[in-house]
Amino acid sequence: MADPVLALDDLTVSLPAHGDRARAVENLSFTVGPGEIVCVVGESGSGKSVTAQAVMGLLPKGQLSLTGGSIRLLGDELATKSAAELRALRGSRMAMVFQEPMTALNPVIRIGDQIGEALEIHTSLSGADKRARVLDIMRAVQLPDVEALIDAYPHQLSGGQRQRVMIASAIILDPALLIADEPTTALDVTTQAQILRLIRELQVRRNTGVLFITHDFGVVADIAHRVVVMEKGRVVEIGAKEEVLRRPREAYTRMLIDAVPGLAPPARAAMDQSAVALETRSLSKIYSVGGGFLSLGKGRVVNAAKDVSLTVRRGETLGVVGESGSGKSTVARCVMRLIEPTGGDILVHGENIAHMSSSQLRAHRKRAQIVFQDPYRSLNPRRTIGEAIIEGPVNFGASREQATTRARELMALVGLSPDSLDRYPHQFSGGQRQRICIARALAMEPDILVADEAVSALDVSVQAQVLELLDDVRKRFDLAVLFITHDLRVAAQVCDRIVVMLKGEIVEQGPTAALFRAPQHDYTKKLFAAAPGRDYAFGGRT
Amino acid sequence: MSAQAPSSFVASAAAGRGALRLATRNSGVVIGGLIVLAMIAIAILAPFLGTVDPTEINPALRNKLPGAERTIRLDDGTTRSSTFIMGSDSLGRDVYSRVLYGARISLVIGASVALLSVAGGLAIGMIAGYFRWADAVVMRIMDGLMAIPAILLAIALVSLSRAGLLAVIVAITIPEIPRVVRLVRSIVLSVREEPYVEAAVTAGTSVPLLLWRHVLPNTIAPLIVQGTFICASAILVEAILSFLGIGIPTSTPTWGNIMAEGRQFFRIFPHNIFFPGVFLALTVLAINMLGDGLRDALDPKMAKRV
Amino acid sequence: MIAYVLRRVLATIPVMLVVAVFVFLMLRLSPADPAAIIAGDSATTEQVAEIRSRLGLDQPILSQFVIWFGKLARGDLGESFFFKKSIVELIGERIEPTLSLAFVTIVLAVAIAIPLGVLAAYRQGSWVDRIVMGFSVLGFSVPVFVIGYLLIYLFAIKLGWLPVQGYQRIAQGVGGWLERLILPALTLSVIYVALVARMTRTSLLEVLSEDYIRTARAKGQIELKVLFRHALKNAAVPIVTVVGLGVALLIGGVVVTESVYTIPGLGRLTVDAVLARDYPVIQAVILLFSFVYVLINLLIDLSYTLFDPRIRY
Repeated sequence: MADPVLALDDLTVSLPAHGDRARAVENLSFTVGPGEIVCVVGESGSGKSVTAQAVMGLLPKGQLSLTGGSIRLLGDELATKSAAELRALRGSRMAMVFQEPMTALNPVIRIGDQIGEALEIHTSLSGADKRARVLDIMRAVQLPDVEALIDAYPHQLSGGQRQRVMIASAIILDPALLIADEPTTALDVTTQAQILRLIRELQVRRNTGVLFITHDFGVVADIAHRVVVMEKGRVVEIGAKEEVLRRPREAYTRMLIDAVPGLAPPARAAMDQSAVALETRSLSKIYSVGGGFLSLGKGRVVNAAKDVSLTVRRGETLGVVGESGSGKSTVARCVMRLIEPTGGDILVHGENIAHMSSSQLRAHRKRAQIVFQDPYRSLNPRRTIGEAIIEGPVNFGASREQATTRARELMALVGLSPDSLDRYPHQFSGGQRQRICIARALAMEPDILVADEAVSALDVSVQAQVLELLDDVRKRFDLAVLFITHDLRVAAQVCDRIVVMLKGEIVEQGPTAALFRAPQHDYTKKLFAAAPGRDYAFGGRT
Repeated sequence: MSAQAPSSFVASAAAGRGALRLATRNSGVVIGGLIVLAMIAIAILAPFLGTVDPTEINPALRNKLPGAERTIRLDDGTTRSSTFIMGSDSLGRDVYSRVLYGARISLVIGASVALLSVAGGLAIGMIAGYFRWADAVVMRIMDGLMAIPAILLAIALVSLSRAGLLAVIVAITIPEIPRVVRLVRSIVLSVREEPYVEAAVTAGTSVPLLLWRHVLPNTIAPLIVQGTFICASAILVEAILSFLGIGIPTSTPTWGNIMAEGRQFFRIFPHNIFFPGVFLALTVLAINMLGDGLRDALDPKMAKRV
Repeated sequence: MIAYVLRRVLATIPVMLVVAVFVFLMLRLSPADPAAIIAGDSATTEQVAEIRSRLGLDQPILSQFVIWFGKLARGDLGESFFFKKSIVELIGERIEPTLSLAFVTIVLAVAIAIPLGVLAAYRQGSWVDRIVMGFSVLGFSVPVFVIGYLLIYLFAIKLGWLPVQGYQRIAQGVGGWLERLILPALTLSVIYVALVARMTRTSLLEVLSEDYIRTARAKGQIELKVLFRHALKNAAVPIVTVVGLGVALLIGGVVVTESVYTIPGLGRLTVDAVLARDYPVIQAVILLFSFVYVLINLLIDLSYTLFDPRIRY
């Protein structure tokens, strides 16, 4: 093989004193060759992003510091370089693409100027030459209508276009090394597929070495040549993609891969016999944007949900799948009556709650409960988890003693110690907090449970456990579960039936297995085709 | 603004004590706090700190320089001599005594305005933040009030009634309330979007309980900080009103009144402005330092908002 | 864009309306009887009644408001009790010194404050930062008139460089005009500088922690350009906002400063009117100052479109 573009040898990055561990990255060694994509994969806290920052010389000052080892870019040692020397290499020999295309572009500077900034810094091209180069690279990343877009501002672009702009500004000087830090994590799955394809094409054509950081094994399967698996700042396993994904040597790697839900739905018993717990008929929610008091401009109308009709039976999990802006969360919030729908009916055991007043709703509150996405904001940080769990039952007349006894049982049920009821949320991990939220929901003895992206913020190993718990409580309490998710893999594993939404409307619905086997609607097909890592059978259970 | 801000500093009772410890490690809180405590001590102990009656007029002892000796004839016929530590004013009153007693008015005004405006603003802000029907009307009125520059509004309000302590307190409080309302409202608006508040809604928690249990605690730290700054500004505004001759009656010793009286002979006797000015500035500075320190310790996100 | 401008302009109408209603009600709902206060302690009941009817206070409140507001809409601010002349005329006489003072102060303050704030943010935690922040807290804490007298004592009395007090009209020569404005403007700018410098530092620091700053650094951009090209324009909106809000402090300061330096402007007029219980003048001055304040903040709002392309809705 040719000389590596990047060679890390025994790299160590230290955390400030009094942290939960001394080093963010320890004794890290691997290489990235020209034209090679190396995926660094790991869960949160594995040190994968720190590695990228260390290579770029962008470690946050005063918090993280390079304390050992070597970083060689094209054979040139970076660890001993001065700030000015590193600056000269950034943007020219090595470049970086970040996760959030929304915030990584400067909102007040025109697209063209941001793409051309590296030219301005590292070359002495004339204005006209610069513009020509910028237009070229914009075409190379397949941006539409480049002559117009060059003078646009970031807010006028879609998320995918912004990420193309980021990539364009990174590769305009043809760097030898491109670092991509979770570049598709914030994007919808169809956009993600396009961006991954673009990175692969550009990298082949330009023979760029790519250090690709991700938490998603599906993405790894799609794009990597070689894989570096990290855990808590250390390398667990390095190998060619096929080796690592199909025949992992290390138990940790195997555990991670097994935890990734498979795309093949397991067989499930049909539920069409049990009673309908929840039904929506022609549910709609319309927001008017920019309208209101004294508004002159035309208020834009957004159909967040339009003509949504679905049913959930007891003991059944109905998945609502869609990309951002599809209206899936709007449906969840309407069903919970956190917002009032504009039209249509919401029937809970036959009773229409769509337009009930808040006092009428009180009785209904017991029947339906919700688990939210963000485990860090779902529990009041100032109150013990015991208080959180008993709040509902006490509202409905239970004594504190009864409610606490029940809370202890529920804690055991969700796999936590009953004695930790007097602890505060910050003393628990993200996965444990989701378990607490499930316990809180169950305390109300509901028959409908809404899970709004309830496992999306969790690491894959934790996600698998929480999914298992959700499925377990569904069976145990014969719950009707409305499961909102953007993740097809998760949907395939836990849902009996699936509803696919696009721009506020249902485009297709059906039993999970049938839908995955033979999707009918074009959008559903596109969505399934975009799911990363289709060719690999993840999920140890399938 | 993120509602995670409040949760990051008082995560629990234990963390609450942590914030207190953090606050006492902040030099601004320590120095500012000590100066404020000293001023409170001076205000309370004024009669025992070698002062004489601050309102006693003595034409024979007009315009004495600081350090001048004076002789007082006591009732039993004997005499005792003492010093005008800070000189005397144009009516022969002892400036040292007046400055020490003046601390009382300033501190009382600062504390009452802070308490009243925080309490009023909290109540109105909670209502405006949680009830849509009230929001539009309340905020229109607040916007209107905020369009009148604060000192001007206070001046106009005192002019309406015969000046007195209560009138001055009310006149300074009213312009402060809209700012507190805005702060509280913005906190309520962001906290009510928090999933834990929505979870409480779905648990059937009633609105008053919801506000009390989940929303109110998030306002406490920002309001402590805001209240501190209001206290500092109220002391300044009172001094300005008195200085302009439209505040507390001139016979009462307040720092602003002493300085107003000193204007007349400023060129010859600048000490009548100098001494109360230093006390006033020191007190306000200490309270501001306390506020800055508390903000850094209690509410790091708010520190960014100035 | 035009819709944005129109919407901002229209949004000021309810604000000014609330101000007008408040100014009107202030006098009518005051706990004390304004007529009795104006008349003084030795007035007879007849005299008080006479003043009351002159103020129109004996009519029903709604018709009082309609009459008052109708006059206001026609630009008639009424007549001063004390100066015995039309208030419009009175304001016309007094407006030049106040405008001069405010103008010189704003120019001076912004020219000092923004570089100070940028410097403090750029060198966060250094001694420069500490001095700027220390000055800023001090500026908030020392009352305007104490600063005024300190400056007079130092520059006018001890050093004799500048005149002690007074005002000279600009028509009589720019030199004399400026000479007499330097000390008052310096006095008045202290709190303004404190406010703007602090806000500049804070919002720059906030912007410097944004992702796009990291992007610029990842392209190899030098720190000075990161600061001026990427950060300052993004920090501009909160900075100009506080420049606008600071006008409220400035107006309060004008009242005091004009008293200290015996400048015959609107601030001085306000104090004289309050001392003389000249209510029509007090009302007019409040309306005028509030109107100017709202107007300046409207212009500031409109200026956002220059700094931030997202604000066009």
